[in-house]
Amino acid sequence: MTLTLFHAILFYAFGGLALGGALVMVSQRNPTYSAFALIVTLVALSAEFGLLGSPFIAALQIVVYAGAIMVLFLFVLMLLSVKAEARVEGEGRVFKLVALALGALLAAEVGSALLAAKTPMAGGFDASARAVARLLFSPQYLYVFEATSILILASLVGAVALARREGGR
Amino acid sequence: MSLSPLEQEIAISVTKVLVLFAILLTVFSGMTYVERRLLAFMQFRLGPNRTGPFGLLQPVADGIKLFFKEEVTPEGANRWLFVAAPAISLVTAFLAVAVVPYGGTIHIKGRPIMLQIADLDVGVLFLFAVSSLGVYGIVTAGWAANNKYTLIGGLRSSAQMFSYELALGLSWVTLIMVAGSFRIHDIVDSQAGWIWHWNAIRQLPAFAVFLVAATAEVNRTPFDLPEAETELVAGFHTEYSSMRFALLQMAEYINMITASAVGASLFLGGWHSGLPGLPASPLWFVAKTLGFLFLFIWLRGTLPRFRYDQLMHFGWKVLVPLATLWIFVAATILVVRHS
Repeated sequence: MTLTLFHAILFYAFGGLALGGALVMVSQRNPTYSAFALIVTLVALSAEFGLLGSPFIAALQIVVYAGAIMVLFLFVLMLLSVKAEARVEGEGRVFKLVALALGALLAAEVGSALLAAKTPMAGGFDASARAVARLLFSPQYLYVFEATSILILASLVGAVALARREGGR
Repeated sequence: MSLSPLEQEIAISVTKVLVLFAILLTVFSGMTYVERRLLAFMQFRLGPNRTGPFGLLQPVADGIKLFFKEEVTPEGANRWLFVAAPAISLVTAFLAVAVVPYGGTIHIKGRPIMLQIADLDVGVLFLFAVSSLGVYGIVTAGWAANNKYTLIGGLRSSAQMFSYELALGLSWVTLIMVAGSFRIHDIVDSQAGWIWHWNAIRQLPAFAVFLVAATAEVNRTPFDLPEAETELVAGFHTEYSSMRFALLQMAEYINMITASAVGASLFLGGWHSGLPGLPASPLWFVAKTLGFLFLFIWLRGTLPRFRYDQLMHFGWKVLVPLATLWIFVAATILVVRHS
């Protein structure tokens, strides 16, 4: 068995895991299970990035999404002890039709994009920490990058201000 | 028997993993004994001294007892997640050790072998990522048991780990800046030579932040609030018994060993001796790791537990600003030196 075959097997195994997790996430009615399924998807995606030769992106994927955002999601879900959604009799036939139409549209788009792409797009770029930092702090993106961080800070301060007023302290 | 290069590669990796696994399990069972004996010594007691010479067989007796105890699952518990929680804890605990180097490169039959399982370019980031996943085991255990004490223990723990992870990550930033690399190997090598090249001395503020944050991250006294027994029975593992309890306990100890190994590599020069005359050797790394482990036990024997609001206050209003300030100072020093 060659190394490439070994990589390919791992790649498709993690790909399947990511897809399976995503499917469970949208089909679950218990939000806590959905959150766990999403974590599985995120971790599997991180493994894909690692297999494509971008350990930096793989690590960031875990640190930011699985390690930070999803912990907060779970925290809130458990704190509020959210129960499974109740099924309503004859709920939204219209929604189902709209969802089907939109899903078909998305499938068509993804299909056409896949057909248009002649070369494999993944893995053909340098995503080391050095390369990403060069790009991020180049004049091209520096302003946008810094503006985004200020935006996030502003929203954090705003959230604290709102919470304080409601708490009456 | 001749093996293809790929098979040789795989054989070496598997051997490294198995050896490290065995060492970790041995150190874990040793630690359960050493911790109890040392604590007893610090508190003018005897500790376990009846099973075998000096009580050395106590870990074996404990293991047998836990193995044969009845496994209880609470009635309202979520069966899947209740079983999965110890597994998640243990996997994330073992995963972190993979990137810690315990020595330089050795040659066996002219073949270079790195004393490390995976030499990742982004080793420090990987450590950070895995330690952030460690929360899930505890949160899941706390939630799945369907018990108010375990739930509060789990929630406390996630809030605590979340807060102190930030300080932990910030304390590593200056090491990366000085070494110019995310690779743990490079960071260790940047501390070669005299003892004052160690990051613990050269970057004392970062080391101080790391020590506190790491203690909180592995839930050790004075930061063992998730299992504060006076208010939460036994915290997140209240409902666990038998082997599942043993696995959770094992994960805690492995986390402590990992934190010690990481501290020894990133701040105490890893396998370097600290004196240019003495040769570098994995034994130095082992000695430094054991030193950290002793420190953790010593802290437990010395300090009382924090109150929860004090813990959050200290993490967010003292540690994080201190770590950030040090990043600015270190960056300024680096820029001035380079120009």
